[in-house]
Amino acid sequence: MNLAPFRDPGIAAWLIAEIHAAQKHPWVLMETCGGQTHAILRLGLDQLLPRELELVHGPGCPVCVTPAGLIDQAIALAGCPGVLLATFADMMRVPGSAGTLFEARAAGAEVHMVYSALDALALARRMPKREVVFFAIGFETTAPGSALAVARARREGIRNFSLLMAHVLVPPAMRALLQSPDNRVQGYLAAGHACAILGWEPYEALAAEFGVPIVVTGFEAADLLRGILRLVQMLEAGEARVENAYERVVRREGNTRAQAQMDGVFEVCAREWRGIGLLPDSGLQLRPEWAAWDAQRKFGDLASPSAAASECISGEILQGLKKPPACPAWGGRCTPAHPLGAPMVSGEGACAAYYTYQYIPEEEGPARHALPEGLTR
Amino acid sequence: MCVAAPGKVVRCYEVDGLLMGEVDFGGVTREVCLAHVPEVQAGEQVMVHAGFALEIIAAAEVEQFYTLWQEVLAARPGGPPAAAPEAEDSP
Amino acid sequence: MSGDKIQLGHGSGGRMMAGLIHDLFKRRFGNPFLDPLDDGALLPGLAPGERLAFATDSFVVDPIFFPGGSIGDLAVNGTVNDLCMCGSRPLWLSAGFILEEGLELADLEGIVGDMAAAAARAGVQIVTGDTKVVERGQADRLFINTSGIGVIAHQVTLGSRHLRPGDRLIVSGTLGDHGIAVLSRRRDLGFTTPLLSDTAPLHELSALLLECCGEALHALRDPTRGGLAATCHEFAQGSGVEIRLEERALPVRREVAAACELLGLDPLYLANEGKLVAAVAGEAADRALQTLRDHPLGREAALIGEVHAGKTGIVAMRSFLGAWRMVDLPAGELLPRIC
Repeated sequence: MNLAPFRDPGIAAWLIAEIHAAQKHPWVLMETCGGQTHAILRLGLDQLLPRELELVHGPGCPVCVTPAGLIDQAIALAGCPGVLLATFADMMRVPGSAGTLFEARAAGAEVHMVYSALDALALARRMPKREVVFFAIGFETTAPGSALAVARARREGIRNFSLLMAHVLVPPAMRALLQSPDNRVQGYLAAGHACAILGWEPYEALAAEFGVPIVVTGFEAADLLRGILRLVQMLEAGEARVENAYERVVRREGNTRAQAQMDGVFEVCAREWRGIGLLPDSGLQLRPEWAAWDAQRKFGDLASPSAAASECISGEILQGLKKPPACPAWGGRCTPAHPLGAPMVSGEGACAAYYTYQYIPEEEGPARHALPEGLTR
Repeated sequence: MCVAAPGKVVRCYEVDGLLMGEVDFGGVTREVCLAHVPEVQAGEQVMVHAGFALEIIAAAEVEQFYTLWQEVLAARPGGPPAAAPEAEDSP
Repeated sequence: MSGDKIQLGHGSGGRMMAGLIHDLFKRRFGNPFLDPLDDGALLPGLAPGERLAFATDSFVVDPIFFPGGSIGDLAVNGTVNDLCMCGSRPLWLSAGFILEEGLELADLEGIVGDMAAAAARAGVQIVTGDTKVVERGQADRLFINTSGIGVIAHQVTLGSRHLRPGDRLIVSGTLGDHGIAVLSRRRDLGFTTPLLSDTAPLHELSALLLECCGEALHALRDPTRGGLAATCHEFAQGSGVEIRLEERALPVRREVAAACELLGLDPLYLANEGKLVAAVAGEAADRALQTLRDHPLGREAALIGEVHAGKTGIVAMRSFLGAWRMVDLPAGELLPRIC
């Protein structure tokens, strides 16, 4: 795929100029997806947008919101004789209440990094004497893959495979943010790839109920800028609709096959979001008829309840209430090398993204607005 | 979340009833599960995340975007961007 | 040599080890300095005004064979290149082997053959060495250490402490080729690519740059582990300067860009084994660039950044949209991501 048009600097510059022209009032926007946060900061978009347009970063980082207790479970399982824990590499450095999967591996636990749920299933197929547990993290983008892996396991009669379920759903998190009395966000960039699966239908009720515009947005420069432009235009016009600015990948009804795959295997449940708390109907668990492939039912709860003692203010970060540099530990006691919490560990967590990408040149660089107090290295 | 990359389906095949494909991401090729986009044809582009195709990329939308922006930028001093996006044979 | 696998006896100083040394190492590396097989090699002294450079490197790469080369190529080119980056002409290498019991002899022969070929290409001789064998499981097939001596006949001093504001940075070619070539052999990632490692000796490029720039050449580095980002940080820290890169100028092959997109990686951090980064005084930048481009290994050389007085130790990059952002170092091992 030639992404050149979506990365074209000329198109980006035109869109940025349009945003400056459209903006007459200050607005607070949130991008819900960690990948969008990462892209915005890597491209330096936040520096090119109007001063009065504030971007806050949302909870769309499944790594960041996986509860410490589940990570402890994963570590405990990995340490069981005969158990092999398969996980996306993203989770390796995230601290649970006492240590990370990386440290567990160094101490002798069998932890394998995989790129796909099917790779985890392949491990189970290749090693019938091992119990392979797949750490199933991710939003609705990733869940259909986990569902398919379990369906295949049943079809092939593979019993030494199970999921440690940690999947979460975006719309309930957005509802929780919108309901919060501290919420200042006026417009939302919805997560493009999550919407590719569930569609944008779930957001129509939110837009109507809370009177906020929501634009389904992708990840390239032109995608992000188009999303932001439409939000600004709708806010200036007092409109609160859902629009799609990622037309090449997202349809209103989403991918019905992927949804069917998920529905056949998973059901909605309450889920704890690290830093936010328990949100009803915000996670996925295996349906009772799939219990044989559910690691928690198979192995029991191996981890003791976690103490949440940490300076980490990830909850406020993930809800967009504070920016990372406002955290007293950020950049000092908490850095990617020694993170206190998940948003600093994950490659797309807001704290890590700020630490990695924020830059202020000594003398004049390209035209940019001044950053608020405290946003320096 | 959701590191996803666009790639071109080189060929489709079944592995024990599961639809899989060889996808070219621009000189890098990987096997991808196409079960959630069963109507995909070889030669089409898909958006791939964690080894699964999320959706078929609508070529018409890409074309439309490019044409629209050609017009927009042609109207400015400086003119339109240089190269056409569909000139490449592979992604 | 008995059998087709390395055994503990190959390291125990007896007949088996003597056989290995004579039939493999001496046969492939043979030269007047090595042939006596004494405890050390006797080397000629320096001419007046000459200086020595001395470098060492250990090679533990997995897989040991990868598209475009092997651990053997890296073992020679790695130390050769370290010596070149000091501004020296590499001459003599040592080679220490730690072999795992059970290593296929055919694999060792292949690697030693690669080392001999790489040494010939770089104009160096392997003049002394050592062999140890450890029990199965104590080494990942084999580890190699090479140390090397190079001679500096000119008076230019290169180093990461010698960059000055106004210097320009040049990279000799495309970034990340080796990193992706090696990753493509990892079964758990499952992707294929025709991309080859760029492993190559840089002695001709470094000599050409010294000749064309002289005192205007301030530093050379090959961006291996940690990639261009690590090298820029070494420069920025070493000289107390700020480095600014241009994203648009970075030469990256489309296959490397595609692999990075797929895996959530950044070419800035990927290893290169046949590239150099040069810091040259501003006025010499254009001729240095042309000098590199005139050489087969430097066809895609590019001016990629500048040195400023700004904030000490900072490395920043102007994105293709024209906004500045930091280039930090990854906290630990570079891992693919799906989130």
